[in-house]
Amino acid sequence: MIEDPSQWLTVLIAVLGGAIRVGTPFLFVSLGECLTEKSGRINLGLEGNLIMGAMAGYGVAWITGSAWLGVLAAGATGVVLGFIHALLCQQARVNDIAVGIALMILGTGLAFFLGKPLIQPSAPHLPALHLGAWSDNPALRAALEINALFIVGVILAPAMAWFFRSSRWGLAIRTVGESDQAARAMGLNVNGVRMLATMAGGFLAGVGGAFLSLYYPGGWSEGLSSGQGLMAVALVIFARWDPMRCLYASLLFGGAGALGPSLQSVGVTWGYYLFNAAPYVLTLILMIAASSKKVRSGMPGTLAAR
Amino acid sequence: MSNLALEAINVSKRFGELRALDRVSLKLAKGGIHALLGENGAGKSTLVKCIVGFYTPDEGEVLLGERQQTIANPRDAHDLGIGMVYQHFTLIPNMTVLENLVLARPHLPAVIDWKKERRAIGERMARMPFQLPLDASVNHLAAGEKQKLEIVKQLLLDVKVLILDEPTSVLTPDEADEVLGRIRDMTRESGLSVLIITHKFREVMTYADDVTVLRRGKHAGSARVSDVDVKGLAEMMVGSEFSQTALAREAVAEQPVKLDIAGLSVEDDSGMSAIHALSLKVKAGEIVGIAGVSGNGQRELVEVLAGQRPSAGGEIRVMGEVYAGRRRDLLRHGFHCLPEEPLRNASVARMSVAENLAFRRFDQAPFSVGGFLRRGAMAVAAARAIVDFKVRPPTPDTPIGDLSGGNVQRAILARELGERQGRPMNVLVVANPCFGLDFTAVAEIHGRIMAARNAGAAVLLVSEDLDEILELSDRIHVMSAGRLVYETTPQAAEPIVIGRHMAGHGGENHVH
Repeated sequence: MIEDPSQWLTVLIAVLGGAIRVGTPFLFVSLGECLTEKSGRINLGLEGNLIMGAMAGYGVAWITGSAWLGVLAAGATGVVLGFIHALLCQQARVNDIAVGIALMILGTGLAFFLGKPLIQPSAPHLPALHLGAWSDNPALRAALEINALFIVGVILAPAMAWFFRSSRWGLAIRTVGESDQAARAMGLNVNGVRMLATMAGGFLAGVGGAFLSLYYPGGWSEGLSSGQGLMAVALVIFARWDPMRCLYASLLFGGAGALGPSLQSVGVTWGYYLFNAAPYVLTLILMIAASSKKVRSGMPGTLAAR
Repeated sequence: MSNLALEAINVSKRFGELRALDRVSLKLAKGGIHALLGENGAGKSTLVKCIVGFYTPDEGEVLLGERQQTIANPRDAHDLGIGMVYQHFTLIPNMTVLENLVLARPHLPAVIDWKKERRAIGERMARMPFQLPLDASVNHLAAGEKQKLEIVKQLLLDVKVLILDEPTSVLTPDEADEVLGRIRDMTRESGLSVLIITHKFREVMTYADDVTVLRRGKHAGSARVSDVDVKGLAEMMVGSEFSQTALAREAVAEQPVKLDIAGLSVEDDSGMSAIHALSLKVKAGEIVGIAGVSGNGQRELVEVLAGQRPSAGGEIRVMGEVYAGRRRDLLRHGFHCLPEEPLRNASVARMSVAENLAFRRFDQAPFSVGGFLRRGAMAVAAARAIVDFKVRPPTPDTPIGDLSGGNVQRAILARELGERQGRPMNVLVVANPCFGLDFTAVAEIHGRIMAARNAGAAVLLVSEDLDEILELSDRIHVMSAGRLVYETTPQAAEPIVIGRHMAGHGGENHVH
């Protein structure tokens, strides 16, 4: 066990840094899921978007030499998968959960198939800001190495909150998510709004995937994602469909994910796999906590009605 | 210049075989309240839906001012200054009052300046007949406030003609008086013209200037309200069939307590307390009426009694024995239940009438022998019940979901009150049994309930219709916010006092 108390500080710093590093894909996927669910549809396929995004982002970054083009390509694959999801869901008697599961498997399988040649090559990484340059503590410097996508996400969360609150489009998405009837009475095209929301949500999940392959853990391999796309669905429920709370919840999940490696870095080898399971345990606990009906406030009306 | 705000001339509408409207005309004067009176199914809603463009009439025309207008959809109606408040709420529950009011506007800017909107709507709200808290979430508003919000929403759009479909059905008598009184003031002050659909004579007599009566899709008469009385209106409404015979209420000699609810607590779907420590006894040969505005725990109470919802505390005894609402308990104790909306709550829509009728006893002889269902026996029993209870169409194989509301009600009533082959009927729980039914069906169902009482059943009648409660009950309780707050008898009852208790303003009688 840890004897030196200063090592606790090291663990804490590592968990904070990890919260940002591990939390970034959670942030993008959960913001994407939040956007889609606000319109009244659940897209469980975002895990597929994430892995496709990771593969496509890595491939395009390697070919073009630009990590940012890779991010855009990752988003584009997400838009395509979102479009397929929305198109299938607007057919009569098609269940969005079932379509989501199918697309998750499709996205994962397709990414593994197309990604075979990408395991060897090395693509450029996304840039990071070295906010810890002033310190001579290497742990702190590592923790304060903030990647650019995280900063984009941190700006995106309040922007999305503002969008839902104060823009005509945001209100349209919320109205569609609350009540088909009310939306139609306002002259909104319910399926059209849901399609755009699902495509935009897919874009964000794809970008989250690009982070996995282009920053952390980096590289393309079949074991890149560990279910972040699925856990983000739980995270959105926990965040009560509020983009700002998605940000906080992502950091919480990221911190939980960083717990195992952080403890290992100071020599605690006991329970490594147990600590690595922390995000999944957290998911279960949050789902149980969220199943209490009192927490359901904020749930879009059309989802609550099922 | 015409003094008519709106005129409908010879409007007809068919739905398949049914002539819902047959050349009906209506003249709405400027600056007045016009009541559209009729039984359920008389065509009132169809007429106004034709006026606002929700339906396209097969023939006839709508004149606005003096110009003929083609109103193809509710948006057109809006642009012409006609607003309608529907019977079901069209508000968005998870949004605030302010958001709902802003969303109702036809042209929203791309970015909404909430400060400006709040100021503008706040200023106009001050001149509205009702004040509502702008930042309250709609799902926290009471039914009466939602109704007011629906009306304010239309008024803020500067409508010249306001159509209200049964606006007082979810209100207490006090609230109804407030809403209708304020609306009448507005017609006097601002020249607003209002068309109100109703079936309540009192509201017509007190608030309307003119009245048009529909009967079975036809125009049955129009008059100045000052020229008619309730009896005349009632005759117009139901024609020569109108005969209100008092129901035979027989004395029942022995009156043991058959249903005993002690300290019952129940939670609603969201886990909030819906019923707090409710105690109630119902004796044999007695109808106990539970009055109240919907949403005060009545639905939860009936669901617990029917075994559809767990209780959170307290005890229910039937015939002195603890009752848990299981199928076994229901059969053994002769417990029968007719919940509200029986198509949703007491039947399987896609199964046939015969199967639905057999639900209580399908696993017993003669319907089941040696573990096999005997469909023949079910069909025979169903055919008898269909004749007894006048279910239309008289075919046992029809899926029950294809029947009209009244006929579903009759079929389920046949299951609960029909042949029992010597089994006792001890307890009957009935909830809003006549919602949406016509006069004849109502009289028939009331007769059956009274007959069950006279035969010695303990009857619990939960209804939002105060007249029904007053007519049938031996004792009356008022339910408000999950508690029984007031008890009276039909002889001693004063509607205004009951209404005040329904609204939760019971004063000294309020039980804490």
